[in-house]
Amino acid sequence: MKSGFARVIAVVLFMMAAQVHAGAVDTLQQEYIAAGAGPFSAAKGKEMWIEKHLDAESGKQRNCQSCHTEDLSKPGKHAKTGKVIEPLAPSVNNERLTDIKFINKWFKRNCKWTLGRECTAQEKGDFLEYLRGL
Amino acid sequence: MNLSCKRLNEVIPVTDETYLEECGSCHFAYQPGLLPEASWRKLMDAAALEDHFGDNAELDEEVRLHIEELLVNASADKSHYKRSKKITASLREDKAPLRIIDTPYMKDKHDEIPANLVKDNPKVKSLSQCDKCHHKADQGIYDDDTVAIPGHGNWTW
Repeated sequence: MKSGFARVIAVVLFMMAAQVHAGAVDTLQQEYIAAGAGPFSAAKGKEMWIEKHLDAESGKQRNCQSCHTEDLSKPGKHAKTGKVIEPLAPSVNNERLTDIKFINKWFKRNCKWTLGRECTAQEKGDFLEYLRGL
Repeated sequence: MNLSCKRLNEVIPVTDETYLEECGSCHFAYQPGLLPEASWRKLMDAAALEDHFGDNAELDEEVRLHIEELLVNASADKSHYKRSKKITASLREDKAPLRIIDTPYMKDKHDEIPANLVKDNPKVKSLSQCDKCHHKADQGIYDDDTVAIPGHGNWTW
């Protein structure tokens, strides 16, 4: 009986978590659509994720993997500062893609660091579409 | 007014939630009293934050101003805490170093520590990670009794 109740709680919590997760990404994608972007493609997001950009100052190529590394279910490491970055895949890190302010903050910082400019609404929508499936 | 000498020995702890979250989620939340006002003003400049020791650490303007204000208000040169005063007194030509470890006081305090305990110690890596060895660093306490170097035990002078 006890374990049955615990299971119900677990399922409810899981559903709540899943909903919050869908919530932040869906809300942002709706915003991007309102700004004229869409539809969004996970394949395009993945392509941009690994696309390399030359950093004029260091003369080195940068992409998202420079810091997040190739396996998003594992911790990453900042290419310049060495800071440990928590896994980005929502399947192993349920805090990911749940907080709109956090997502906006790091889109702004990391697009500028990697691409040298802010990302467009279309690009952000594609990135989120790719990441939510991991 | 706090007349307890003990509590004024160190640097004033930082409790501001925004500071702990915005700065402390990436690195140790250095107390404001570890650098003078001029250093914090340089570090917290909006353009400077876009290249914050190699990473982009841009903040919303409202948050940036809030953090800059709290850092400036409790900066080393405005503090009555002893360690902050010593940091300020040690400043020479460079009145506004960007790194705490570049203040003469801090350099002097750490210059005898061999590289294998810090830089080449995989559990420490850099003097910038105060809390790796100073186990009460988050409370603003840095005296010798609270130092234990990971993998090497207590530090003895």
